[in-house]
Amino acid sequence: MGKNLLTIALLCGLIVAMVVVTKLLGVRLFDRIAINLCIALVLVLGLQVFMGNSGILSFAHIGFMGVGAYTSALLTIPSRMKGMSLPDLDPFFAAIELSPYLGILIGGLAAALVAAAVSYPLMRLSDAAAVITSFALLVVLHTVMTHWSAVTNGPRTLFGLPRATDLWLAAGAAIVAVVAAVAFKESRTGLLLRSSRDDEVASGAMGVHIPRLRWQAFILSALFAGIGGALWGHFITSFSPKAFFLKETFVILSMLVIGGANTVTGAVFGAFIVTAAFESLRATEAGLNKLDIFSEQVVGLTEIVLALAMIAVLALRPGGLFATQEIGVLLTRRRNKREDSP
Amino acid sequence: MTTFLQFLIDVLSLGGAYALMALGLVIVYGILRLVNFAYGELIMVAGYTMYLVSGSGLPWLVMAAIAVLMAILAGIATDYVAFRPVRAKSVTAVLITSFAFATLLQNAALLFISPRPRNVPLPEVFSQTVEIAGVITPARNLITIAAAVILLALFSWLMRRSVLGIAMRAAATNFTMARMLGIPANLIISSAFAISGLLAGVVSLLWIGRIGAVVPGIGLEPLLIAFIATVIGGMRSLQGAVLGGFLLAFIDTTLNFTLPQDLLKFRDAFTFSLVILILLWRPEGLIKGPASGQRT
Repeated sequence: MGKNLLTIALLCGLIVAMVVVTKLLGVRLFDRIAINLCIALVLVLGLQVFMGNSGILSFAHIGFMGVGAYTSALLTIPSRMKGMSLPDLDPFFAAIELSPYLGILIGGLAAALVAAAVSYPLMRLSDAAAVITSFALLVVLHTVMTHWSAVTNGPRTLFGLPRATDLWLAAGAAIVAVVAAVAFKESRTGLLLRSSRDDEVASGAMGVHIPRLRWQAFILSALFAGIGGALWGHFITSFSPKAFFLKETFVILSMLVIGGANTVTGAVFGAFIVTAAFESLRATEAGLNKLDIFSEQVVGLTEIVLALAMIAVLALRPGGLFATQEIGVLLTRRRNKREDSP
Repeated sequence: MTTFLQFLIDVLSLGGAYALMALGLVIVYGILRLVNFAYGELIMVAGYTMYLVSGSGLPWLVMAAIAVLMAILAGIATDYVAFRPVRAKSVTAVLITSFAFATLLQNAALLFISPRPRNVPLPEVFSQTVEIAGVITPARNLITIAAAVILLALFSWLMRRSVLGIAMRAAATNFTMARMLGIPANLIISSAFAISGLLAGVVSLLWIGRIGAVVPGIGLEPLLIAFIATVIGGMRSLQGAVLGGFLLAFIDTTLNFTLPQDLLKFRDAFTFSLVILILLWRPEGLIKGPASGQRT
C-alpha cells in the first residue's frame, strides 16, 4: 500500500511542480501548453485504465472524448448564442444553460452512459476482432458527430462555449485522474482484470467474469475521456468533429505506448515526454514556415517524428519506458536493495 | 429491366473493387493474424506515384505499372518497418506499429507533396460512357469488373496451383508446422505483403479513376471498406473476403437506391453498426477459415 501512495505522491508531485513552474514563469504560451498537457493526462490515464488493465487496444476512446465535449457544449452554450450556432436545436435543449463545471461533469457521465450502452457485447471479443470493432465504433461516433447537424452543427465548427478551463481546474482533474487510475489498478476489479490480460484462459477458468470486468473498465475509461473532452471544449471554446478522429487518437496512443501502457507511471511520463516533443516540433514547424524557405507550408513533421519514435520504442522496449513496475515500486525496491547489500 | 441491369452493373463493379481491397488485407491477416492498418496508405502511395510520373510523357500503361510496382515495394517496406521488428511480441504492439507506419506515410505525403489534392493522369477510356441494352454506364465500371475478374482468377490459380500459393496456405493454416517442414517464414510473409501491395496498386488505379485526384487521406475509405468486407466474409478466409466485398457492395448499392436523402449521409454508421452485429453473431465471419494455429 505504501508503494502505491508513493507512486501517487510522486506523480501528483510532478504535476504540481509543472503547474508551479508554469505559474512562476508566467508566459502565456506555457500556460496554454500546461493546460493541454493536463487535459492530455486525463485522456491518457483514461485510456490506460482500459488498455493497460485489460490488454485490449481501443480506438474508440477519442470518440467518447467527442461525446463529452458535445454534451457539455449542448448544455452550457448561452441560449442567445445557440440561436446562431445551433439554429435547429430542440427548444428544450436550447433553453438549458448550465454552469460549465456542471456541464463538464455531465459530459463525462454522458460518455460513460453511451459506453455502457453500446460496449457490453463488444467486450466478449479479444485480439484483432476487438480492435476492429473499436475502430468501427470510432467511425460510427465520428459519422454521427459529423452528420447530426441539429445538435453538433455538422462538420462545421461549433462555437460559443463559455471558457471555463484554467490551469487549476485542468491540473486538479489530472490529479484526480492519477489517483483514480492507481486506485482502479490496485482494486479487486483491476487485479482480476490484469489477471485476464496476462492469461485469459486461466483467469476465466478460475471464475473471473472477463466481459463484465472489461465492461466496468471501459465505462470508467469513457468517463475520463468524456471529462477530458469537455475540459478541452471549455478551454478551446470552438471545435469541429475533425478534432475527435484519427489524428488525436494517434497522439494519445503514442503517449501511452511510449510511456508504457501497463503502468500509470508510464501513462503520466508518456504524456509529459510526448507533449514536450510535440510542442518543440510544432515550434520548429512554425519557425520553418516563418522562414519561408519552402514553397509550401511545412505540415506533418511532428507526426512523422512521433510515428518513428513509436516504432522505435515498440521494437526496442515493447512495454514502453515503464513496462511493468510503477515508479513507487521501483524506488522502494532500489532502497531495499541498498540496505541489504552492505 | 434497365433499372435491374443498372443495379447489377453497379453492384458488380463496386463489388469487384471492394473484393480486391478486402483480399489485399486478408492475405496478410490470414498468415500473420495481424491487421495491417497501413494498407490504405499503399493505395495512397500508388496514387502519388501516378501524380509524380505524370509529367514524364510515358504511355499510361507504363505509368500504371510503375505505380503498382511502388505499391508492391511499399507493401514490402511495411513488413520490414512495422511488422518484422515486433512480430514475435504482442498483437497490440504490431497493431500500433502498423498504425504508426500508416501515419508516417500519410504525413510524409503531407510534408513532401502537399495537403491539397493532386491530379492524376487518366486514359481517355476512363471518362467515356458505354451503352448496354439501353443502360448508359461509365466505361470504368466495366474496366473494374474486367480487372476484378482477371485478378481474382489469377489469384485463385496462384493460391491453388503454384508452390508459393500452397506454401502460403500452409503457413496460414499452421505456421509453426509449415516452418518445421522447411518453408522460409520471412519469404512467405514478405510475399504476402507484396501481393497485398499488388492488389492495393490495382485498386488504387480503379479507385482514383472515380475521383481523378489523390489526397493524403485517400487510403482511409478503402481501408474501412476492406475492414467491413473481411469482417463480414470471414477474417481468415480468402473466399470469404471476396464474398464479403460483393455483399457489402450489394448492401451499399441497395441503400443508395432505397434510403431517403437525409438518412443516406448516415450510411457509414449503418454499415459499421452492421459489422459490429455480424462480429457478435459470428465472430469468425460468414465463411470460417482454416483451423487456427499458433502465430509466430
